[in-house]
Amino acid sequence: MSVQMVTKRKKRKSDFLVAVPFMIPALVGLVVFVLIPGIRGVILSFSEYNVFTGEVKFNGFANYIRMFQDVHFANSFMVTMEYVLINIGFQTVIALFIAVLLHRFTKSHVVKGIVLLPYLISNVIVAMIWYWLLDYNLGFVNAIIDSLGMQKITFFSEQLAMPTIAMINVWRHMGYTALLIFAGLQAIPKDVYEAAAIDGGSEWRIFRSVTLPLLRPVLAFVLVITVVGSFQIFDTIAVTTKGGPVIATDVYSIWISREAWGNNDFGYASAISVFLMILLSVIAFAQTKLLSANQSDLDR
Amino acid sequence: MARKEKEAAESEFLAQSTGAKIFGWVSLTIICLITIFPIYWMLRTGLSTTRLLFEDPSSLLPSHFTTGGFQRVLGLASLDQAIAEGGSGASVNFGQAFLNSVVLATGITVFQTAFSAAAAYAFSVLQWKGRDKVFFVFIVALTVPGIFLLIPNFLLIRDLGLMNTLLGIALPQILMSPFAIFFLRQFFLGTNLSIVEAALIDGAGHSKIFWRIVIPLAMPQIVTLGILQFIGSWNDYLWPFYVGSGDPSSTVLTVALGVFKSQTPQGSPDWAGLMAGALIAAIPMVLLMIFFGRRIVGSIQASGVK
Repeated sequence: MSVQMVTKRKKRKSDFLVAVPFMIPALVGLVVFVLIPGIRGVILSFSEYNVFTGEVKFNGFANYIRMFQDVHFANSFMVTMEYVLINIGFQTVIALFIAVLLHRFTKSHVVKGIVLLPYLISNVIVAMIWYWLLDYNLGFVNAIIDSLGMQKITFFSEQLAMPTIAMINVWRHMGYTALLIFAGLQAIPKDVYEAAAIDGGSEWRIFRSVTLPLLRPVLAFVLVITVVGSFQIFDTIAVTTKGGPVIATDVYSIWISREAWGNNDFGYASAISVFLMILLSVIAFAQTKLLSANQSDLDR
Repeated sequence: MARKEKEAAESEFLAQSTGAKIFGWVSLTIICLITIFPIYWMLRTGLSTTRLLFEDPSSLLPSHFTTGGFQRVLGLASLDQAIAEGGSGASVNFGQAFLNSVVLATGITVFQTAFSAAAAYAFSVLQWKGRDKVFFVFIVALTVPGIFLLIPNFLLIRDLGLMNTLLGIALPQILMSPFAIFFLRQFFLGTNLSIVEAALIDGAGHSKIFWRIVIPLAMPQIVTLGILQFIGSWNDYLWPFYVGSGDPSSTVLTVALGVFKSQTPQGSPDWAGLMAGALIAAIPMVLLMIFFGRRIVGSIQASGVK
């Protein structure tokens, strides 16, 4: 009987015809809403697009040349970089701290649920809560600062708006990132710690020379995900500063959407999108190489 | 490693010295407070009177308690009452927006998960030439940033005449999610396929095997995935804003909140109304966390170890 089963399994012919109906919806989704739009996006970036007639006029590299000369180009780059560096820097350090706390001091699922909660709340709502908490006149934070006899802070001023928004999103994402790192901590075998403890390492030393190096693959993975997401920041700015004051928070996605929907210049906006995508690919690739995401020190 | 064994090993990691314990718990308490306070502040503000918020901006209790904020966003307050409390007469229809969000998020979740599961079946259980190559294209799609597809997909939905419809918002996401396919394929590959072989020998067709065997086996994973997709759709803003904000019948909650905030009836936003609305939009997520917290936490941890 078992021999018969084995031969039957080996003889099983290709399931291709069966597979087709199973994957038709997904394939249509892939082709119609990812592949074709992807190609169309690239074509648009080399064209002038008339929103009203739908006419596409090929104009070579005109959009790209214009982009590199646009004052917004350098500004969006600087502003987006400022956001990403503050956001990722604080988020990763704080999340690492929370992850270690979760790992060393509690096994409570309630605590994990609490730190994850902000991640479940929409960017839009999070932005509004903090816009209100940080309001100059009536916000709770400035009321406390005022009652301590200090100068109130204009959190959404030209200088502070971008750091403020970056920190708001740190608040939303720190618990999520902490859980990703926590999983990595759990994967470190216990005997590694025991050996370090026997050798008489202090908590900080063990963390620095044992935990952190072993955590590198997970940190690399977390950084690739969070950096690519961070570059596409939109919601928080769209419902608070809308790119302002002046152009202090005019990140790429805000600039792209303004060119497209504000100025009806979909061709130009597409060129910026293509540039952003290339930039993101380069960054993700460089990160993976630099941090050698696929290699754990445990495997060596 | 067996689960029991693993947990025992973990418990020995917990710090033992009193000093370390105090430090750890004080830090954790502060982190939990920083997390929860802003959410509490939504409630506190939502139950306040906008016009009188300036009186005690640092009071932990609502300033001049009223449910007026909630009444305003739900369209239950009279115009005079709304204006007296610092709100606006021109209210946004939150009831409709809430319903739109429910329909949209549910629709996307159900269809996307079902279609993705079917595709994952074709990429795992079924054997055919070129299977892994086709799957690879989906993995590449996973890495395409959303912002890049925003403009061409917007133009596509417009060309299809689906602007300002819930279908237009849902369409690009309804047929599949590369992440869902990837996630479920991993799970299907890990299940014991001899049961599928046995069913085939017994003469069962693949659709029967899919619905009666593979789907029930993967149900916990499918539910978890569904919850994550629901949360994502519920919270989405950028796409529904550009595709659906032109008509109340396709305005979702996040977009409605944005519109509500931009109305500044008496010089500044109607904070009590805005926070009441934000809280209403956040409550389903808080409930999900209460009922499925363990599962959500678990799935995010699982994505961390790959």
